[in-house]
Amino acid sequence: MAILVDTETRLVVQGLTGSEGRFHGLRNRSHGTNVVAGVTPGKGGQDVEGIPVFDSVAAAVAETDANTAMVFVPAPFAADAMYEAIGAGIGTVICITEGVPAHEMLRLHAFVQGGDVRIVGPNCPGALSPGKANVGIIPAEIFREGSIGLVSRSGTLTYQIGHELAQLGLGCSTIVGIGGDPIVGSSFIDVLGLFEADEQTKQVVMVGEIGGDEEEKAAAFIESEMSTPVVGYIAGFTAPPGKTMGHAGAIISGSAGTAEAKKEALEARGVRVGTTPTEAAQLVAELARA
Amino acid sequence: MSEERLKPRRCSHTCADGLHGSSGRLARALDLHEYQGKELFRQHGIPVSEGRLALGPSEARAAADELGYPVVVKAQVLTGGRGKAGGIKLAATADEVEARAGEILGMDIRGHVVTRLWIERASDIEREYYLSLTFDRSGKKPLFMFTTQGGMEIEEVAATNADALVRLHVDPLEGCHPWHARRLVYDGGVTDPSEQKQIAAIVQKLYDAFVATEAMLCEINPLIVTPDGNVRALDSKFSVDDNALFRHPNLAELRDVAASDPLEVLAREKGVTYVKLDGEVGVLGNGAGLTMASVDVVTFAGGRPANFCDLGGGGDAQGVVDALEVITRDPQVRAIFFNIFGGITRCDEVARGILQAVGQMGLELPIVVRLDGTNADEGRRILGEAALPNLSTEATMLDGARRAVELAA
Repeated sequence: MAILVDTETRLVVQGLTGSEGRFHGLRNRSHGTNVVAGVTPGKGGQDVEGIPVFDSVAAAVAETDANTAMVFVPAPFAADAMYEAIGAGIGTVICITEGVPAHEMLRLHAFVQGGDVRIVGPNCPGALSPGKANVGIIPAEIFREGSIGLVSRSGTLTYQIGHELAQLGLGCSTIVGIGGDPIVGSSFIDVLGLFEADEQTKQVVMVGEIGGDEEEKAAAFIESEMSTPVVGYIAGFTAPPGKTMGHAGAIISGSAGTAEAKKEALEARGVRVGTTPTEAAQLVAELARA
Repeated sequence: MSEERLKPRRCSHTCADGLHGSSGRLARALDLHEYQGKELFRQHGIPVSEGRLALGPSEARAAADELGYPVVVKAQVLTGGRGKAGGIKLAATADEVEARAGEILGMDIRGHVVTRLWIERASDIEREYYLSLTFDRSGKKPLFMFTTQGGMEIEEVAATNADALVRLHVDPLEGCHPWHARRLVYDGGVTDPSEQKQIAAIVQKLYDAFVATEAMLCEINPLIVTPDGNVRALDSKFSVDDNALFRHPNLAELRDVAASDPLEVLAREKGVTYVKLDGEVGVLGNGAGLTMASVDVVTFAGGRPANFCDLGGGGDAQGVVDALEVITRDPQVRAIFFNIFGGITRCDEVARGILQAVGQMGLELPIVVRLDGTNADEGRRILGEAALPNLSTEATMLDGARRAVELAA
């Protein structure tokens, strides 16, 4: 049945009338996603290639029963857009926007904590359930439909691994990019939990990178809470200490947070870890054949 | 809200861009100099010693004359370990200030050349504490850490005397209440009532500063108690969120461009994410994760990456030209490995960018290109038709890395 997005998804795109929102909203629709509405304050009544645009998420929900929101509005307004979606009763909010201030995410996370709303992102590629729905910017044509759950902090690296899996004849249930910002709505553990409960998902690939301790925490979660087998991949084995590399500021300080430390933590809990995307895909294939 | 006394997994008191406790990664953050952080402390009512910025020995002397002796001459560099490196010196007279300033300016501290000095009234120190407030990435809350075992490396406190380090989360919606501050000072074992009161006030003000500046890290180490019982911040480590600078122009101006690697500055100007490494193979990818993986495979193939260079999500032709310009400024580069997986990025655009850059810049370095994803066939066709002698394509990431390593050897 896949996770987060599927045939039940009724998507409202916040920022549909902007160039990015329009491009990806329509691209998502062409993949089969049920894009029911767009929201741009002041542009209610217009439409984007037949998708009705509303002034507010509340109006969009009232008219179209939207249950999932994709946020494509510029960073200074992205948190506001997420609060608006939550306030309108949207259950899954996927924020693609890059550059959302961390303090805003801190408050937003506290606001939704303990509730039923699920946030993915910000600064993430979104979620794709091949053959069912695509919400975000993941190029669907790389992936095949199948039984492997893929969760990642990185965008293009996810595509690389999806491509490697497809080369080996393997398909995915859902691909989730959680984003690499300091505070993200859903962490590895949240998504791993969803995959564990999903019938379609028979195996999971977790794509991490240097910095932080999310992968280490996930390792403990996998051991105690999951029966679905997990393969890991960590980017940054050869990164020098103390250097930031790109988006998430994958920073290593001292020894912990290194790819090696994460690999050890995962392997100690019985999770096999590839050191290149190719190796990770091969591990998945071995498990799939076993 | 939770309070723990845990041994932090990782503390990086010495690393200006590092983090504390389990807070994990810091996103792109702007690290401030000690004097800049102290000015922010002062603006938020946290007591600091009086000081002046000096760019040369005579300015240092003039500053000290105004402040009164003795003074401390402190190198302003965005790295830790200044004291051990000889970048912090006491001076009792004007001549001494000039001499010490002359010694410290130009000094190389962990790759950072000293160009700025902070001249500060010397403080008598009775006791040294430690106080910080940062993002706990896993806890998704601001995290206070306090200990009366200050002055030394906080990692050492964590390792040798974990119970002495008090950790306290704050719910960002509730904010910092007086009880948070009381909890920190009581649990930290501060017994003197006047100290308790002063530290509690500083805790509150540090939280205010953290929120007002949208900081990722505010650290005071040491937080000193003078013999006459006054508490003040003797040092500062302050990092603010790059993503929030659009609404803090006053903070954005504090960026010390000269303190960064010149190539990294050029890259920033061009909107390319570039980190200088020490090898011969230039690495260019799209997306941080894939680029990091590319750096890995170049190393695994026996090569040494010269850089990490992320084109980002767009990767239009001009972006490729800009990135190549940055990479090839590094004279160590002997071959370039392009690893592109087209998503939003279109491989035909990247191919055109490569040809444009090679043409414009007269590039003769060997370039190995691996293209996959959106419009990859078109991209490979464009490169194939151009038939440049120094440009080759490979089908996979691993083959591309191997070829680039061979060519750089």
